[in-house]
Parts: sequence; structure tokens; C-alpha cells
Amino acid sequence: MSANWVEVCAADEIDEEDVIRFDHEGRTFAVYRSPEDEYFATDGLCTHEQIHLADGLVMDDIIECPKHNGRFNYKTGQAKGAPVCVNLKTYPVKVEAGSVFIAIS
Amino acid sequence: MTHIVIVGAGECGARAAFALREKGFDGDVTLIGAEPHHPYERPPLSKDGLAGAEPPKYVAAPERYEEVGITVLTGAMAEAIDRGRKTVHLSGGRSIGYDRLLLATGARPRTFPGVSEGAARIRMLRTHADALAIRAALAPGRRLAVVGGGFIGLELAATARKLGAEVVVVEGLPRVLSRAVPEEIAAIVAERHRAAGVEIVCGARIAAIEDGGDAARVLFADGGSLAADLVVVGIGAVPNTDLAEAAGLTIDNGIAVDETLRTSDPDILAAGDCCSFPLSHCGGRRVRLEAWRNAQDQGTLAAANLMGGAERIASVPWFWSDQYELTLQIAGLADGAAATVRRAMDDGAFILFHLDGDGRLIAASGIGPGNAVARDIRLAEMLIAAGSRPDPAALASPETKLKKLLAA
Repeated sequence: MSANWVEVCAADEIDEEDVIRFDHEGRTFAVYRSPEDEYFATDGLCTHEQIHLADGLVMDDIIECPKHNGRFNYKTGQAKGAPVCVNLKTYPVKVEAGSVFIAIS
Repeated sequence: MTHIVIVGAGECGARAAFALREKGFDGDVTLIGAEPHHPYERPPLSKDGLAGAEPPKYVAAPERYEEVGITVLTGAMAEAIDRGRKTVHLSGGRSIGYDRLLLATGARPRTFPGVSEGAARIRMLRTHADALAIRAALAPGRRLAVVGGGFIGLELAATARKLGAEVVVVEGLPRVLSRAVPEEIAAIVAERHRAAGVEIVCGARIAAIEDGGDAARVLFADGGSLAADLVVVGIGAVPNTDLAEAAGLTIDNGIAVDETLRTSDPDILAAGDCCSFPLSHCGGRRVRLEAWRNAQDQGTLAAANLMGGAERIASVPWFWSDQYELTLQIAGLADGAAATVRRAMDDGAFILFHLDGDGRLIAASGIGPGNAVARDIRLAEMLIAAGSRPDPAALASPETKLKKLLAA
């Protein structure tokens, strides 16, 4: 398995308990910083209606879609109930030399 | 085995059925719907969904019901409830016994007086079939007259413009969106429509709407008239209470329920557009909401209480509308506000925070491109639910994160 690590941004560009949108080669991702200061990444679009999750609200380990309040655990990608029923894909994340990288398969 | 029957297979009824299973209910669940389809989402019908996707956008894939053990009866009209025998009588002579019953019968469009149901050029928009019929009548150069400048009418106007139709919106009140939306936001919406080529006529006094065969006509009280290929009437909705009323349940602007969604019969609950309920954020004032999220929230709550719970309605009213690139979101009910604080955001987006006389946040109304206001409206909703009295200066300042106010 060859991980393709891509640099997202400086680690301090994402606030704690927040999310940013990251576009790369025609794909879009959401990259999170948890209240515990850990970083995570998922697909960028909600599985319900293709809305950018980065416009949504992060509360603890939940990202809530800005459009219809579909909720996912951004650490595991698990859909947390109506209206979303399809899980989000997650991606490995690492922080090196003050920058955030995600592994895009 | 306990049998829970749900009358009404819309968003609310479907959500209740699935929530019963998610909460571990192991008795029988039957979901009864009058339409031929499995439950589908109505919000897209006036938006991109008008394009007539077939099948409609389902609340859940039809096979999911069987997988979790929900019996769905489509095309079935519930005609009467026999509360003594705890039985629902359906069209075609069939009867179904229940231990507990949920009425999620929804609402239907308010009709314009004198318009006959069969008028091909005068329509309303509530169902997938309505959307298909309207879509079929719209094309570049066709003329659409929308009667009613509310959410449905304006969303339809925007969609029809995208399809190339000529559109005029006729509103009886002095401005559009006067029921639910602050004037500043309604003005932006109206301006955006005009920029897209929609003609908006406010303060119109309509005497009649006629289907003349080759064209429909809106006739005004002052003697003027307006011809169109299609007239769509969007002047609000009325709750479907006939079934409940005939069964002797208390009706009060909808099927009257308490804070736990129970009707005047403890074995019958009602939820969604069809019911009126006391809203604790508004001092227990009885309200009825016609909203997608309310249908979901109350469906879920009803499931818990059908299983013997006594959970109370806690959610804050929440609405949204998409028109062109703009999205409008509202949390709470702004009537009764004593003060309004404006928060300017990027790209022309802004939020109006509505405070009552004690400085308590009771509503927030926002508009902007895409989902510009979504996150802050969501946080405002939490502030409203918490009964908070935020500092107006902090609300007005875009530099102050609302999340901080919530933690305070």
C-alpha cells in the first residue's frame, strides 16, 4: 500500500474543534482539529445531498452538515442518524514540522 | 404482540417508523400512506426536485422497510378511527387494529376559493405528482403565474426561471415572505428575483383565478387581469385533521397535542405538520409548524413516546429556503421580539438576532450565498434552546465566535 501524503495547511490554520475544506486534484475533503488537539480527515461532501461539510459545525467528535443537520463522527466516519445513513470515508492524517498531511488513497 | 400503526407516510411518519426500530421496539409497525410511493422528501419538489426525478428522493430506500420490519401500505386512505375497538378503517374495506396510533397526516395546500380541482392550468404543489405536472408545463417562453409570495411560491419561481419560463409572482400582502421572514431579508430575496427577471406584484387583490382552456387567468379586484400558461397557487397549507376530528379528538389549529405529542386520547399521538403543540421556548404558546426538520424531530420523539416514554418537545423551530445561490435559514420564532441585532458576515451574508424584552435570544434569521450563515444559525439555535441572554454587542461583532457565547 503506497500512501500518498498530501500537505493540507499549517497546523494552526485550523482552530480547535473546527474544520476546513481542502480541495485536491478534483476531490474535496474536510480536515478537522478535535477539542483534544488531534487532526482527522474525511470526504468533504455529506452523503445525503453533496453539501460541503466544512461549512458545518464541529461539536466534540461530531460534524454536522450545514444544510440538513446530518451528523457524522468525523473520527470514524460513522453516520449518526437521519437524514444520513451512509458513512463518510475517512483518511489517515499526520502532523509533521507544523503542517497537516492527509493520505489520499 | 404490540402493534403500532402510523397514519401518514411522509417525512414524519417514516422517521417515526425507523426510530421505533432504532430504539429497539420489537412489536409490529405498520405505516399507512395515501400516495403510491414509499415516503419521499418534499423539500426538493419546489427546488431542483421539480425537474422530476423518477423515482422521487426517498426518505429511505424502499427495501430498508422490509429489512427492519416495517409494513408499508401505499395508496391506502385511512377513512376512520374506531377508538373503542382501537381499529383504523382503510379505503377498500380493510381494517387494522392498533395498540398505539400515530397520526402524521401532514397538511394540504390551501385552495383558492372557486378553483375547481380538475383545472389543468391551475395547480398546487405538495406531492411528487404535482411537481411532475408543473414541470411538464414549464419550458422556455412559457408563462407561469405564482399566486403567493411565500417559501413554496418563491422557490418555484426561482426554479421556473432556471427552466427558462417567464414568471410573475402575485402576493396579496405588501411584501413577500411576510409571515416568517424579517423585512430586510425578504427585500433581498425579492431583489434577487427581480434581477433574475421575475416580476413581483405585491398588494394584489385577486378576485378569481380561471382556467380558460387555452390559458389561465388571474383576475384582479380592480378589473385588471393576467394571463399565463400555468397558475400555481401557493397560499399556505391547512392541517389534515378530518380523521382526528371525526374520531372526536381535540382540534385546535391542528390536532391538539401536549408536550409529549399525546392527543386527547392517550393511545393516540400526533406529530409533524398536522399537530399543534405548546412550545416551551415561547412561554408554552401553542404553535403548529410546517417544516421538514420539525417533522423529523417530532417523528423521532413520537417513537420514544409510543414506546411508553414521556419525552417532551425540546427542539427549536428551524426553517430553510434555497432560491438561486442564496440560502435563508431561520431558527426560532421572531414574533414578540423587542430588539434586533445585525451581524454582518463575508460575501454580503448577515444574521438578524431577535431578542425579547428580557434580552433573551428568541430567534435568528440569516441569509447569504451557499451555506454562509448555516453554522452561526445552528449555534444561535443552541443559544435559543439554552434560554441564553447574550450580550448584543457580542452578537453584532463578527469577531466574536458564537461558540464562545454558548460556552459562557
